[in-house]
Amino acid sequence: MLPTWLEVVLRAVAVLLAFLVLPLLVGQTEHKVMAHMQGRLGPMYAGGFHGWAQLVADGVKFVQKEDITPARADRWVFRLAPAVALVPYLVALAAIPLSPSVVGAPVDAGVVLVLAVIGVGVIGTLMAGWASANKYSLLGAMRAAAQLVSYELPLVLAVASVALAAGTLSLVGIAEAWSPWWLLWQLPGAVVFLVAALAELQRPPFDMPLADSEIVFGAVTEYTGLRFAFFLLAEYAGIVVFSLLFAVLYLGGWAGPLESWLGWLWTLLKGFVVAVVVIWLRVSWPRLREDQLQRLAWVWLVPIALFQLALTAVGVVMTS
Amino acid sequence: MSERDGILPGLVRGLATTARSLTRHTHTAEYPDVSPALPPRSRGVIALTEENCTSCMLCARECPDWCIYIDSHKEELPPTTPGGRARQRNMLDRFAIDFSLCMYCGICIEVCPFDALHWSPEFEYAEVDIRDLLHERDRLGAWMATVPPPPALDPGSAVPAEVTAAAKPKRPAPAGAAPAARARPARPARTEGGGTPARPPRPRREAPTRELPVTPPVDATQVIPVTPPAPEAGPGTPDAGGPAPRLQPGEGGE
Repeated sequence: MLPTWLEVVLRAVAVLLAFLVLPLLVGQTEHKVMAHMQGRLGPMYAGGFHGWAQLVADGVKFVQKEDITPARADRWVFRLAPAVALVPYLVALAAIPLSPSVVGAPVDAGVVLVLAVIGVGVIGTLMAGWASANKYSLLGAMRAAAQLVSYELPLVLAVASVALAAGTLSLVGIAEAWSPWWLLWQLPGAVVFLVAALAELQRPPFDMPLADSEIVFGAVTEYTGLRFAFFLLAEYAGIVVFSLLFAVLYLGGWAGPLESWLGWLWTLLKGFVVAVVVIWLRVSWPRLREDQLQRLAWVWLVPIALFQLALTAVGVVMTS
Repeated sequence: MSERDGILPGLVRGLATTARSLTRHTHTAEYPDVSPALPPRSRGVIALTEENCTSCMLCARECPDWCIYIDSHKEELPPTTPGGRARQRNMLDRFAIDFSLCMYCGICIEVCPFDALHWSPEFEYAEVDIRDLLHERDRLGAWMATVPPPPALDPGSAVPAEVTAAAKPKRPAPAGAAPAARARPARPARTEGGGTPARPPRPRREAPTRELPVTPPVDATQVIPVTPPAPEAGPGTPDAGGPAPRLQPGEGGE
């Protein structure tokens, strides 16, 4: 066996690689899928073949840009914010299993860890909005905070329902306990989870905190260069995390034909499909107003999630 | 709640629309790689046939934003026959169009009586320096190679004015001014063309303007009398130089 320190380094490097590659993959998919959904071609030049290297080129461009900190900004908070927004997703990605063996950091109560860590990301947005000394940034940050607080609840309730059904808080355990009829049984919870995840990601149609037509770009208005790129990376890493989480919790993760060999690939594939759906929703639907957004969370999602929880409880009691 | 008003059907239809366009071909014109298929009569750049230009300045004067520059001088040509008269002609020194000002209205091309200007569909002549958009006559002449042949007429379109003018029987000489030898050949033509009794009013309106340049000056005295009859109650005498120019000062000619 490998010595412990080497194993830790290898796992960290592997997770970091996944963290750097998967969001780019999702980003490129978004470029292309969104373009074709709008009757365009999307990037075609960078890298030669259908613009596959567009996001690499974007990254190179971001690195070259000047790193500006506004004069009136709260310097250290401003500079730290992108990291606070980005790192939670890295930690969450490490804890999500692609198969029982392919997992960055196997955690017993993986569900709790992932949800708790994802909740930290909003602090990065709040820090960015507060420290920018810009009214639009502040408005965006406040909207983000209000939105994330609202949608955290249905998200947690939906996940609680799955954990209850599986009888464990371990992500691996939940995926192992999954059976196809969960697709029906946990459907309301799955819908709530997907909608709440979209809102957590602050992606259209829930991009009120960024609403470029109202508040420029929300909390990240004042950011440039690499720090701005980190916020973007955090968004796409968030899509990866939530898509994989959805695949593990609601789609059975690595369950599928040739499971013993292709298990981790199944999880990636299912996660990718969910990511495409996330992109699809972005292209198709208009942005919600702030009050509609809150209404959706409290009037629809929370009751549905509670209903799902009750349904799961009844189901668990009946089958046991 | 009709189906069109509901939120959920609306959301689903949104998804369906984007999914449908995902499976269809895109509208993107990959311009630099694939040159666009331009419609006929595309207005790209204006080409000049220098030999046709008489430096008459019509185009430069009609240009709404004065972007055509013409310089010319007169040159005397020696008489072609012994004892003949030396003639003057315009020599073009400079013909330039400033495409940084041009608004592509095409009036210069319409107005040119000698077909010296033509539309070319070429449009790739952007410049780094705006001053380079001033195309001098050699560059304007080079565009001539890119001028396409005139497109065929659309089905059902009106017969072109040139064709009607060519097919029209010769204008009849007025009855009163018959004696001139010149008018004689015109007469049989009229009888051939089918004796239309309504012929006299037509030349009054358009024939003089069109045909005055063509008719030799000798005929002018006979042509002008045709004009007055309809507007004026009493037809002017053929020799009266006074009333005719006053009626139509624009085309009085000599």
